[in-house]
Amino acid sequence: MTESNENSGKSDRLEVLKTYKMYIDGKFPRTESARYYQPVVNGTSLGNVCLASRKDVRNSVVAARSAQAAWARRTAYNRAQILYRIAEMLEGRSQQFLDELIRQGMEADSAETQITQSIDRLIYYAGWCDKYQQVFSSVNPVASSHFNFSTLEPVGVVFAVASRDCPLLGLISLIAPVIASGNTCVVLASENSPLSAITFAEVLATSDVPGGVVNILTGRVEELSEHFSRHLDVNAIACDGLGVDLNTTIKEFASETIKRVKIYHQEWSAEAAANPYLIQDFCEVKTTWHPIEQITESGASY
Amino acid sequence: MNQSQIARVFKSPVIDQVGVVERAKRFTTRSIKSEAKMQGLEMVLSMIDLTTLEGMDTEGKVKQLCYKAQHLHDSIDGLPTVAAICVYPNFVGLAKRCLAGSGINVASVATAFPSGNSSLEIKLADVSMAVSEGADEIDMVISRGRFHRGEYNFVFDEIAAVKAACGEARLKTILETGELGSLDKVRLASDIAIAAGADFIKTSTGKIQPAATMPVTLVMLEAIRDHFQKTGLMVGMKPAGGISKSKLALHYLIMVKETLGDAWLDPKWFRFGASSLANDVLMQIEKQRTGAYQAANYFAID
Repeated sequence: MTESNENSGKSDRLEVLKTYKMYIDGKFPRTESARYYQPVVNGTSLGNVCLASRKDVRNSVVAARSAQAAWARRTAYNRAQILYRIAEMLEGRSQQFLDELIRQGMEADSAETQITQSIDRLIYYAGWCDKYQQVFSSVNPVASSHFNFSTLEPVGVVFAVASRDCPLLGLISLIAPVIASGNTCVVLASENSPLSAITFAEVLATSDVPGGVVNILTGRVEELSEHFSRHLDVNAIACDGLGVDLNTTIKEFASETIKRVKIYHQEWSAEAAANPYLIQDFCEVKTTWHPIEQITESGASY
Repeated sequence: MNQSQIARVFKSPVIDQVGVVERAKRFTTRSIKSEAKMQGLEMVLSMIDLTTLEGMDTEGKVKQLCYKAQHLHDSIDGLPTVAAICVYPNFVGLAKRCLAGSGINVASVATAFPSGNSSLEIKLADVSMAVSEGADEIDMVISRGRFHRGEYNFVFDEIAAVKAACGEARLKTILETGELGSLDKVRLASDIAIAAGADFIKTSTGKIQPAATMPVTLVMLEAIRDHFQKTGLMVGMKPAGGISKSKLALHYLIMVKETLGDAWLDPKWFRFGASSLANDVLMQIEKQRTGAYQAANYFAID
């Protein structure tokens, strides 16, 4: 007994496997449906992963909605700090992400690149939090006695379907610009590679991101598409890398409530994939007509 | 007579707290779907006492609430109205005028609501004012301080005096169970209120936590049941405070049905005191009708 322990120390111990649960309202619940699926990579199962149901969609939208007003009220500076904090925490966990990306079938060096790019992307959007408004807002020339200006406001709750093939960078490249402006979101992780999304949820949970701002589900987009695209409390949808048929279905359902749908087919590792227009995609323009005194020859009085 | 002797006069049984909690929990395991659910939801709507009891209530707020009571959601045909509006005595006249001809009752809290700390004369004057303004129902509070001192006679006499002052108006007696301490006390207070002539017994003012819970309501329902079996006389029940989700409201209906029977499934004998329950029920009804999850901003504020 002692001898065999000495000889094969590691293999005698039962490995403690991690349960990958979803992330809703700052907590890690299992799916209410109690269902699971087993993503398989190179013939090996990645484990039992929650198969989200329409009620999980409903619950996470409730969480996102109730978190939205408070998140949007935070100062842009504070949202920047929090995005930066996510990057810090991700950096600290990079080894775990590396292991998981490799388990999900990625080559070691491209996994490493993906992680560093993910961290950089968060820093990139952290920087934009208090700057996009200056770039996209405007003071508009009008012929009447009004000070007329347009600013961006977050649309509200965004449902995002993350990239299937770019499980970490694709996920972060959607979440970061969406929450930068004060939206909250529900994200459906890559069906085949959900592990890194759930581990990213653990990063979020320890990064001062208020519960409900980001919610992460695992499951099948085909099953859930009708429910999130018809949901009246979802204000915009972001889809990455879905087929034409699915995109069409989602757009048709979304049209019932004239919901904004953004379709992406980005190569997320490209430098151009990080840009402030992604923030603008999930903002609405609010134009204010502010009455001013009569403009005279001596100029406006504001 | 000392405390235990008086308790014996009312023949209040000892409550098995563990048993009550377990029994109440089992009502939540019933599954109600499709048609039965729609029927249940409409029944819930018809049993709501739409309530506003804030220090900051204004005439405008009361008018708005009265409008809401009559037009819950006009885009759905055939919806019932709520059972009553519940306001402070000084708004009774206004509410009565707003609801003229609608068949919706006006309920008024009285007797130095919510603490009940005043003289009997002032409490009776409070009741008379509400009744003379046209209140159909009076929601009184019992003197919890006197109750805890064991002055059950005083509590009994007070309820009987208020009942006399109510005239035609139906009397709901608020026990404020969150301040009573134990289920035994809840049962005793229920028995006293019923014996003193209350038409309804009601859990809470909504100002104290915990407000209505299922175990507390079950104990009160059992007091009503025992009284009915002894005398053949029906008494109504009104849980109030903390019931804001339709699912929970349906659980309460199941509890009423299984404890008291179908006769109580009627706005005359069962009410929900709530302010935000109506919109949640409407959202559920609309979900059943359209298949799409609803958003709060498509419904009138309440």
